[in-house]
Amino acid sequence: MRDIAIVSFAQSPILRDAGAQNEVELIMPVVSAALNAAGLEDVQGVDFTCSGSCDYLQGASFAFVAGVDALGAVPPIKESHVEMDAAWALYESYLKIKAGQADSALIYGFAKSSPGDLPFVLSQQLDPYYYAPLWADSVSLAAMQARAGIDSGEFTAEQMAEVVQASRSNAKNNENTQLKGDYSVEQLLAEPEYIAPLRKHDCPPVSDGASAMVICTVEKAKEWGLPYAVISGIEHRIESHNFGARDLAVSESVVLAAEKAGVSQGPIDIAEIHAPFSHQELIVKKALGLDDTTKVNLSGGPLAGNLMMCAGLDRIGEVAMRIIKGEAKRGVAHATSGPCLQHNMVTVLEAS
Amino acid sequence: MSSTESEVLSQAFELGFTYTRSTGPVVGRFLTELRDRKVVGNKASDGTVYVPPMEFDPRTAEEITEFVEVAETGVVKTWSWIAEPQSKHLLQQPFAFALVQLDGSDVPMLHMVDAGSIDKMKTGMKVKVRWAETTRGHVTDINCFEPA
Amino acid sequence: MSEEKEMITGMEAPMYLTYNFTAGGATTRFLAELRNGKLVGQECPKCQHVYIPPRGSCAACGVPTVREVELTNKATVQSFTIVYIPIPNNPIKPPYVIANLMADGAHQSFLHLISDVDNADVRIGMRVEAIWKAEEEWTHAMENIQYFRPLDEPDMPIDEIGRLKNA
Repeated sequence: MRDIAIVSFAQSPILRDAGAQNEVELIMPVVSAALNAAGLEDVQGVDFTCSGSCDYLQGASFAFVAGVDALGAVPPIKESHVEMDAAWALYESYLKIKAGQADSALIYGFAKSSPGDLPFVLSQQLDPYYYAPLWADSVSLAAMQARAGIDSGEFTAEQMAEVVQASRSNAKNNENTQLKGDYSVEQLLAEPEYIAPLRKHDCPPVSDGASAMVICTVEKAKEWGLPYAVISGIEHRIESHNFGARDLAVSESVVLAAEKAGVSQGPIDIAEIHAPFSHQELIVKKALGLDDTTKVNLSGGPLAGNLMMCAGLDRIGEVAMRIIKGEAKRGVAHATSGPCLQHNMVTVLEAS
Repeated sequence: MSSTESEVLSQAFELGFTYTRSTGPVVGRFLTELRDRKVVGNKASDGTVYVPPMEFDPRTAEEITEFVEVAETGVVKTWSWIAEPQSKHLLQQPFAFALVQLDGSDVPMLHMVDAGSIDKMKTGMKVKVRWAETTRGHVTDINCFEPA
Repeated sequence: MSEEKEMITGMEAPMYLTYNFTAGGATTRFLAELRNGKLVGQECPKCQHVYIPPRGSCAACGVPTVREVELTNKATVQSFTIVYIPIPNNPIKPPYVIANLMADGAHQSFLHLISDVDNADVRIGMRVEAIWKAEEEWTHAMENIQYFRPLDEPDMPIDEIGRLKNA
């Protein structure tokens, strides 16, 4: 089977409200930046295009179709879309290339969450009979998960604060992030609880923005003369939609996906974890089997800026770019979808 | 020509979907019993009792067909405290979302607990169903749970 | 658990969500000009196609359309349909004509009404002009134009509708 490489990644600034930009205006700059970084003039230079987004975020039906206006799809292109995080658009593109139906692909994701009330929009993706009518918002559900972990001794409120402290501190080196700064654990723990046991800083901000990436076969990357990071493993697993049937304090699906993706087959220098809530980073880090030799979320991660439907792709892009820049040899990127880490993807990336 | 230097236009709107969903025999049975102020679950082949009942066993994917009635009382397994309910929330006083394991079931269900204050909430606490004034065959026939 | 009782087979699952729609830069500029009684498209710097209403990009080239181009009130019928069914909340009484209209100088059609003509006489290639509402009624909406009505001009050949002059 052919090896697949990431050759470029571009990210827009992550904003609380990108009101001045419609979908097209959000997507166009990152798509063109990712294509240009791969030495391509336009979208006709790749064999396949796949995007991830969710129209419910901004309440505009078929916004993802309008997004195609940003690409330059004349003559017509091979295109697909997932109503999920764009990390799954990468997965589809990866399979397409593995299957020999394409040698290269453009992947992009966009998020415009500011027009709606995100935690309640997300409540309507739950089971429509038993859960959605209760308007169980995403923050309240994550808070239940946090308590399950604290009660069972998996982690502590102090460790959650440490995650936030590291995120805000790392984000200072990332010009695209929303939330950054120096905070002490004591300072964070002194904040009042918001939706107990979560404090506001344990929750992700609402963010607008977009990202794009170009992947291709290793042969193609060499032909293009580009530096690249190789996808050495990629796998995803989903758990039951029934919260009661899951152990919320741990992540069985991350454990399985990590095993299949081969995370433990070598040292992991860096990891980017798509954990919108602080406690979820602790759950995923443990499930990935990482120890303190791995640097986690150097970008600041989703707590510093959380593009719904794009933050997972961002994790993969962050790891790939650090490997391309020579800052790491081997890294892991995690992406999640659904409430309380229901669905998880693990990607292992290596230097060429 | 000059473009008008105005602020970005915006417009508030409400998006509504007025679906009626087909319930099927399993969800339909649960809702039918709720209308009669009874809670039923169903028992998988390994003996696990799911409340609310599931159409398929999440472990084996087998159809689950044996219904069992469970108690109106149960135990809070985990919970979050909503100190400031938003307009979409069904309870407008501070409340908890919780996973409640009803006595006689093995799998907790998501619902709300009205305990008045966070000081009255505790993992492991006993709760009981507070029925809606009128029941209609809907998950909100259980208005919420309250300390037992 | 009696077997005779009426089983629940369906449940109401209404879902209402509130949003604040933002038009984005290109659409805001278009609507602001519309409020001033002007139809203003945007031109692609690469292929010179003019888009109205603009979305901020050339869908063919994938590049931003920055230059704005004011268009006249004249347009050509690219396609049309006659609506016989009353549409809920639509005050217009059927039968009426909805047409894809190509404004002069534009390369992408938009939808609007055609009136002041027998429905049976509407045809592809027919030349029409915008009839605006009274100025005091203008808002940020295409409804500022009440409808399009026929012009006393020869029809445009089909293969010339929306084509670039030099193409």
